[in-house]
Amino acid sequence: MADLLLVLWTLLKILLVTVPIIVTVAFYTLAERKVIGYMQVRRGPMHIGPFGLLQPFADVFKMLFKELMVPANADRTLYVIAPLLSLAPALAAWAVVPFDEGIALSQIDAGLLYLLAMTSLGVYGVILAGWASNSKYAFLGAMRSAAQIVSYEIAMGFALVGVLIAAGTLNLEKIVLAQAGNLGPFEWFWWPLLPLFVIYFISGVAETNRAPFDVAEGESEIVAGFHVEYSGAAFAVFFLAEYANMILISFLAAILFMGGWLSPFQGLIPGFLGEPSPIWLAVKVVFFMFCFLWFRATFPRYRYDQIMRLGWKIFIPITIVWIAVIAVMVVGGVVERGV
Amino acid sequence: MIENWSSLIPLLPEVFLLGMICVILIAGLYIDEKRRGIIHFLAILTLALTAVLTLRHFAVGQRYTALGGMFVRDGVGDILKLFVYLSTAIVFVYAKHWLRANKLFSPEFYVLALFAVLGMCILISGGNLLTIYLGLELMALSSYAMVALNRDSPVAAESAMKYFVLGALASGLLLYGMSILYGLTGSLDITLIAKALESGRQPEVAVAFAVVFVVVGIGFKFGAVPFHMWVPDVYHGAPTAVTLFLASAPKLAAVGMAFRLLAEGLEPMVKDWAQMLGFLAMMSLVVGNLAAIAQTNLKRMLAYSTISHVGFILLGILAGSEQGYAAAMFYAITYALMTTAAFGMIIALSHSGFEAERIEDFKGLNQRQPWLAFLMLLVMASLGGFPPLVGFFSKLYVLQAAINAGWLWLAIVAVVMAVVGAYYYLRVIKVMYFDEPDREHQIQAPGDVRVVLAANGLLQLFLTLFVGSLTALCVAAWQ
Amino acid sequence: MPIETILFFALSTVLVIAAGAVVTLRNPVHAAMCLVLTFFTSSMLWVLLRAEFLAIALVLVYVGAVMVLFLFVVMMLDINTTPLREGFARYLPVGLLIAAIMAAQMIAVLGTQHFGFDRYAAPAAVVEGSNTEALGRLLYTQYVYPFEIAAVILLVAIVAAIALTHRRREGVKTQDPGKQTMVTKAERLRVVKVGSESKEGRGA
Repeated sequence: MADLLLVLWTLLKILLVTVPIIVTVAFYTLAERKVIGYMQVRRGPMHIGPFGLLQPFADVFKMLFKELMVPANADRTLYVIAPLLSLAPALAAWAVVPFDEGIALSQIDAGLLYLLAMTSLGVYGVILAGWASNSKYAFLGAMRSAAQIVSYEIAMGFALVGVLIAAGTLNLEKIVLAQAGNLGPFEWFWWPLLPLFVIYFISGVAETNRAPFDVAEGESEIVAGFHVEYSGAAFAVFFLAEYANMILISFLAAILFMGGWLSPFQGLIPGFLGEPSPIWLAVKVVFFMFCFLWFRATFPRYRYDQIMRLGWKIFIPITIVWIAVIAVMVVGGVVERGV
Repeated sequence: MIENWSSLIPLLPEVFLLGMICVILIAGLYIDEKRRGIIHFLAILTLALTAVLTLRHFAVGQRYTALGGMFVRDGVGDILKLFVYLSTAIVFVYAKHWLRANKLFSPEFYVLALFAVLGMCILISGGNLLTIYLGLELMALSSYAMVALNRDSPVAAESAMKYFVLGALASGLLLYGMSILYGLTGSLDITLIAKALESGRQPEVAVAFAVVFVVVGIGFKFGAVPFHMWVPDVYHGAPTAVTLFLASAPKLAAVGMAFRLLAEGLEPMVKDWAQMLGFLAMMSLVVGNLAAIAQTNLKRMLAYSTISHVGFILLGILAGSEQGYAAAMFYAITYALMTTAAFGMIIALSHSGFEAERIEDFKGLNQRQPWLAFLMLLVMASLGGFPPLVGFFSKLYVLQAAINAGWLWLAIVAVVMAVVGAYYYLRVIKVMYFDEPDREHQIQAPGDVRVVLAANGLLQLFLTLFVGSLTALCVAAWQ
Repeated sequence: MPIETILFFALSTVLVIAAGAVVTLRNPVHAAMCLVLTFFTSSMLWVLLRAEFLAIALVLVYVGAVMVLFLFVVMMLDINTTPLREGFARYLPVGLLIAAIMAAQMIAVLGTQHFGFDRYAAPAAVVEGSNTEALGRLLYTQYVYPFEIAAVILLVAIVAAIALTHRRREGVKTQDPGKQTMVTKAERLRVVKVGSESKEGRGA
C-alpha cells in the first residue's frame, strides 16, 4: 500500500513538472515566431486569439488531426519509436533539475552526470528517424546530426567538468548553493568559468540542432533533415523534444553558471530583491531562451566542416586547458570551492 | 593521497619513460620529415636514461614495493627491464634504416614502441592482477597498432587483424582466470593470493580451472603451441622493423609475466601448472622445429624457430625451482639478443623496394660479403645451440634445471628436437657458403647499423666468456 | 511484494529478452537497438543496487557514445548478414552439443558449491551518501596506479587510431579559417585604373 502511494505521488510530481514544460513549449513556439517577426519588422501570427496568443493551440490541434504517414519501405517499428526515443530523454532529464532550494523531482548526488547521460540519449531519436524513414534526405540529416551531437557532447561534458571542479559536487542544488555569496553575480560560476560558460551555451545550441548549427535540418539543402518524412503527431513529438531540450539547456546554463535562483543583488539590496527566489531563475532562463531565438534570427548557418572544426579543434582544446586553469585556481584558493 | 612521495622513487624509471614518450609524441608533430632523426635520437636517449635510472636503484637482492604492493621492483624485474631497454635500443638502430627505405619513418613507430616498452615495464613490475593485466594490454595494444603501421599493405592489415582478434580473445581468457582467482582468494594482490592458496582452503578443482585460464593467457603471449597460430602470420605480415621488435622485447616481458603469475602468485599450485606448461613446451618444441624445416621464407622460419625457443623457455619455468627460473631468464635474454641479430641481418640486406626475407636471398653471401655472412653464421649457429656459442649454454642450463626437477623425458624430447632444429639453421649457412650467388648483394645499410650488427653478432661469441657472470646475476636475482 | 522486487523482475525479463534478440534478430540495426536496450536495463539494475554512478556511467559511455558510433557504422555500411548465417542450421546441432557440454562443465566447476552465497561474507554495507564520491576517492588513492595506466592505454588508442587512419592527402582544396579571417585588404583587393572613356567607344 505504501509502495502504491509512493508510485502515485511520484507520478503526480512528474506531471507537475512535465505539464508546465509542455505548455511552455507551446508558447515558446509562439514566442519564436513573434520575436523573429519583430526582428524582421513583421508582426508574426496575429489572427488566432488576441495578438495571436492562441496560435499554439491551433497548431497543436492541426498537428493532432493530420494523418500520420509512414513511407513505403520504411522500417515501421523504428519509424514509430524514433520520435518517442527523442522525447523520452528530453523529458527524463528534468528529473534532477531543481527549481528552488529543495524543490526538485529527485535530488541525486550524481545529478550532473545523469543530465549528461540523458542528453546523450537524444541522438537515438534523430538517427533512427533518419534511417527508418528510408529516405536520402532524412538519412543525410540524421548522419550530420549524429556526428554533430556526438562531437559537441565532448566539449559540453568538459565544460561541465569545470563546473564540478569549481563546485566540488555533482548535485545540482549544491552547485547553485556553492555560487552563493555577497558579491552577487561575481560569485557565480560564469565569471571564473567564462570560457566554459560560453562554450557550454554554444554547444547547447549545437546539441539541440538549432540555428546557426541546424545543418541537420538544412531546409535549403536537405529539405528538413531527419524528420522530413514525418507528419502529424509524430512530427509534433519531435518538435516538442527539440523545444524541451532548448528549455533544458537554458535552465542548465542558468543553474550551472548563473547562480540559479540566487539573486544578483544578494548582499547589496535588502528585502525581496536581494533574496534568492525562483523568480530569478525564471528571469535568467527566459533570457537564455530568448538567446536561442535571437541567434536564429541573426546568424547565418554554419557550413558542416566548419561546425566540426569549431567543435573539435577549438572548443575541446579550450575546455581542456581551462579545466587545468580552474583546477589550479581552486587549489590556489582563487575560486573558493563550494559547499 | 599519497602520504609519502619518496615511496614513489622505485617508480622513477617508468615515470621518466612516460614523460619522455609524451615529449617525443609532441615533438613528432612539429619536427618536419627531413629532421626526424632527432626523434630517433631522442628515443634511444630515453631508453639509455631510463636504464640509468633503473640502475641507480638496482634491486638485485632487494625488493621494493610501492603503491600498496601494486608495483614491485626486484632483481628479476630489473634485469629483465634492462634487457628490454637494450634490445629495444638495438631494434631502433636497425629499424631506422628499414623504415627510411620503406617510407614508414614516422614518429608513431617510436612512440608506439616506447609505449609498448612502458607496458612491458609495468607488466614485469606488476604486483597485482590489475596492474599485470593493464601492463599486458598496454603492451599488446601498442603492438597491434605497430603491426598495422604499414596501412597500404593488405598483408600487414590482415596479420594485424588476426593478432588483434586472437590477442583480445587471449586477454579475455586471462581476465576470466584472474576473476576466478579473485573470487576464490578475495584478493588481487599476488602475494596475498599466494598466501590464500597456501592455506589450501579453496576447492582444488576451481583453482585448477583458474590456473588453466591463466596458463592459456601466458601461453598465448609467448606464442606457445597450441596458441601459436598468430606467430608466423604476424612475423611474416608485419613490417620487418616491427617483427624485429615483436620478436625480442615482448618475450622478456612474457617471461616476467609468467614469473609474477606462476612463480609468485600461483606458487602453491606449481604441480598443476608445471604439467600444463610441460604439454605446451613439448608441443612447441615439436611443432616449432618441424614446421620451421618446411619454410622458405626466413621471417616465417624465424617465427617457427621462436616457437621452438619458447618451448625451451617454458622448460625452464616448469622446473619450478630457482635454478629453473634463472635458466629461463637467461635463455630469454640471450634469445632476445640472438633474434635481434637475425632480423637485423634481414634489414641490413634489404633496401628500398627489396626485402631480403627469402632464404634464397642469402645465396652465396659469403662470396660477396664475407663479413656479414660470418655474422649470420654466428647468429644461426647460436640459435641452433652449437657450442661454444652462447645459445648452447642457455639450452644447457635449461635442460639441467628440467632434469633436476625430474622432467627427464621432456629434456630428451628437447634435445632430439634441438638436433632436428639444427637442420634448418645449417641450411641457411649452407646457402650462404656453398651456393652460387644469383644476384648482386647491394648493401645500403648505414654505418651505425653495421657497427651494431657486428657487435650484436659477435656478442654470440663473446657472451660465452661472460656466461658465468650473467648466469650468476640471474641466479642472484632469484635469491 | 516490495516494489524493488517487481522492478527487478520486470527489468531482468526485458534484459534477457533484449539480449536474446541481439543475437537472433536478422536486421543489424534492430540488433544494435536491442543491445542499447540491454545496456539500459542493466544500468537500471545497477540503480536498484544503489550503484548510481556505475549505472549512469554505463548509460553515458556505452549507450550515449559507443553504441551511437556503432549504430552509425552499421547504418552506413548496410551489412548483409545472410552470408554470415550460412550453414547455421547445419552447424546448430554440433554447436548446441558443445555449448551444452561446456555449460555442464562450468556448472560442475564453478557452480554454487564453490561460489555459493554461503561461502562468502555479505558485502559491507552500502556506502552512506554519495557513492560517486566514494568511488572517486578510491580511484585517486588506492587505485591511482592502475587508473593512470588505464589513462595511458587510452592515449595509446588515440595515437594508434590517428596513426592508422589519418592521411594527409595531396591536392585537396581546404580552407584555413584562420587565414581567412586574418586576410588583409592588400591581398584581396586590387584597385585597377580604368580609363574614363576609351577612344574606341567601348565605354558607356
